[in-house]
Amino acid sequence: MTAEPAVSVRNLSKRFGSTQALSAVTLSFARGEVHGLVGENGAGKSTLGKMIGGLYHQDTGDLDVFGKRVRRWDIKRAQDAGVVLIAQELCLVPALTVAQNVFLGRERRTFGVLHSGLERRYRELERICRFGLPPDVPVDRLSIADQQKVEIMRALARDARVIVMDEPTSSLTADETARLHDIIGWLKSRGTTIIYVTHFLEDVLAHCDRVTVMRDGRLIRTADTGRETKASLVEAMLGEPADMLLPERPPAPGARTAPLVEMSDVHSGERVRGVSLTVRPGEIVGLAGLVGSGRTEIARVLFGCEPADSGRIAFRGEEVRAASARASIARGMAMIPEDRRAQGLVLMRPLFENVTLPHLGGFSRMGVLGRRAERAAVGELIERLGVRPRQVDGDISVYSGGNQQKVLFAKWLLGRPEFLILDEPTRGVDVGAKARIYQLIVDIATAGTGVLLISSELEEVVGLSHRVYLVRQGSLIGEVAAAETSVEVLLQRLFGVGDTPTTSTPSGNGEDQ
Amino acid sequence: MKSTSATPETAAAQVLPFVRQYAVLILLVALFVTLSVSTSSFLTLTNLINILNQNAPLAIIAVAGTLVVICGGFDLSTGAIFSVAGVVAAWVAVRLGSPVLGLLSAPAVGAILGLINGLSITRLKIHSFLATLASSLVYGGLAVLITGGFLISVGDGSFTALGRGGVGPVYYAVLILGAFALVSGFLLNYTTFGRYVLSVGGNPEAAELSGIRVDRVKLYTFLYSGLAAGIAAAIGVSRIGSGQPQAGNGLQLLAIAAVILGGTSIYGGIGAIWRSVCGVYLLALIDNGFDILNANPFFKDLTTGVVILAAVALSATRRGR
Repeated sequence: MTAEPAVSVRNLSKRFGSTQALSAVTLSFARGEVHGLVGENGAGKSTLGKMIGGLYHQDTGDLDVFGKRVRRWDIKRAQDAGVVLIAQELCLVPALTVAQNVFLGRERRTFGVLHSGLERRYRELERICRFGLPPDVPVDRLSIADQQKVEIMRALARDARVIVMDEPTSSLTADETARLHDIIGWLKSRGTTIIYVTHFLEDVLAHCDRVTVMRDGRLIRTADTGRETKASLVEAMLGEPADMLLPERPPAPGARTAPLVEMSDVHSGERVRGVSLTVRPGEIVGLAGLVGSGRTEIARVLFGCEPADSGRIAFRGEEVRAASARASIARGMAMIPEDRRAQGLVLMRPLFENVTLPHLGGFSRMGVLGRRAERAAVGELIERLGVRPRQVDGDISVYSGGNQQKVLFAKWLLGRPEFLILDEPTRGVDVGAKARIYQLIVDIATAGTGVLLISSELEEVVGLSHRVYLVRQGSLIGEVAAAETSVEVLLQRLFGVGDTPTTSTPSGNGEDQ
Repeated sequence: MKSTSATPETAAAQVLPFVRQYAVLILLVALFVTLSVSTSSFLTLTNLINILNQNAPLAIIAVAGTLVVICGGFDLSTGAIFSVAGVVAAWVAVRLGSPVLGLLSAPAVGAILGLINGLSITRLKIHSFLATLASSLVYGGLAVLITGGFLISVGDGSFTALGRGGVGPVYYAVLILGAFALVSGFLLNYTTFGRYVLSVGGNPEAAELSGIRVDRVKLYTFLYSGLAAGIAAAIGVSRIGSGQPQAGNGLQLLAIAAVILGGTSIYGGIGAIWRSVCGVYLLALIDNGFDILNANPFFKDLTTGVVILAAVALSATRRGR
């Protein structure tokens, strides 16, 4: 290892809207080191990785690559400098073949005419990787895991000197994960620096030289992995519990109350594997899991916007067939989706139209709208929810995240749903609006509505829910009474602290000591 | 973690909707005044009535096309539907000897062909741009097939009453346009259907998650567009008194251009009927102006093209959120 680090960052900061994703992070990555980045959801580890890889640009701070200060940094410039990012959201060209994707942008050519010999170069690469992918198949016919492998081969084809891997094993099987770790070892022996962002602490401990723990956009500490354990890492991730201003939970429904919603052994695709859960009227049930664990997919299957491959879903004791969002809403269900701008709001339409959209039948006669009644109902509701600015026909695209979220609550409260799914209801929302939303959730449950709460903020899940299901890799790995647990315990279970390799959960992560 | 930053360009954000809303009207008035002042033959009752009447069929297509574009679609088959519906109208009038049945068959044919468009888009999940591009070839071929490549002349003089007649100085075509535009504007602004069209165009996923039958709403907009092309065809075929398989060539592009000129966003979710009508007549005035001024016709297309390009650019600026 030479004295000069491969990559070093100083006082790097990045803000997304009202969220400080990264604040004043200073860190260096030595040449030829495998460096793990760990932290809770939203700790800023992916943001840091993407900044080094050229996908994001910092607001303030410096980035040095092989001793040179970089100013205008993007994916192309990063690649030219030997820094390759393998993002979690894969970016392959679906219609091109495996080999074409691997060498995309690195084609040998004379005056723009491609040389033959792609196959030969591909075979050389394959000797190292042994992924066994067919070179001439379009990548859109490959599974996500195989596409991930193409990404890795692509990084190798670029002779990358620094590779940032963002959750590379999230969709790989144990076998494939082991092979990835072999490749990482091989790359390391050639002097390549690997920045390894992952949720799998055991992988970090087994394969990284050093590990950096992040929390709330800040760097907590960097240490040799030999001096860390799973428990010490989780402890560092947790930090001080934040002041959450959580309201009192509503009284729990009796254990003998008939369930409102019931999922029994439901499977759907690769992300929902044998899920069984119940929600009773007036109960707040949390789904806790790491990003990508399948929480959202479970909610979407329950709401009918993704089909279930097998299993049974029942609402008020009746089996749900021919599921669709429309049918679910007609039954009295509602969902506030994860991404409020992309999935929840029609941004170019005024506020009141967004609120009444699912309920127009009630405001019309023979298809003709009664606009006065519509506006009056919305005006009353946004007054009650404290939406600011309080304009019935306000332009919601410029409203703050918290107020947009309140508008979405208004949208469903207008219909008095019996069951409400909340997917990340406080993401990107400021503290004041959060408190208001917590109170709303409690009020809704107190009125007898069953609530399924998904959140990356475990404090929120623990503080509001009656019961919490733990989700890991598409399966529920446990159920706990929220009053008898803590964020720390949840986090340890989600990260698999205490699991031994022989009794590991039905996950696919490689345990290969 | 998604960025949720509010847009900082508040000044632009306030001016833009205004420009988008009234640009077409301002341009129309400006051109109207310019032509009135600079030539003597423009501001005559005959010329104005002619412009109104001649472009009424196109305006009817553009009115319905506005709903399609607001809903996030494109209908490139209206020209071909116009041709088929006109040809069928003439054929029916000749075969059955009934001009009335002939003229009534045009809207019916238009609605059926529009329904087929809607079904192929929603059932086969083909983008409307491609689906209607393909169907316009099919329909165009159908029109040629029905006529065998010739004209179908309708001998009965009453067949031309719809296209050439009127109430006082106002042609039926203009009255039909007025009624159709009013009905469409009402549909868009005062009914649940209109609200669904706006929402589906604005954010199909949010609409779906709100329990709206997104596919059905889309299908209805294409049916409506086909119906409009059929109504326009009845007027067109009645005006010339014969069914011609090429009659609608190019109409679809003019109609879409007029809708875009009217500031309806090609990304869906925003738009107004009256502005599309203004768009049609803006194009018509450019055309008429060049004729009256005896200007080089090369500049006519060039001017039209530049105006459309400017309108689209304006529409695209909205996109940056």
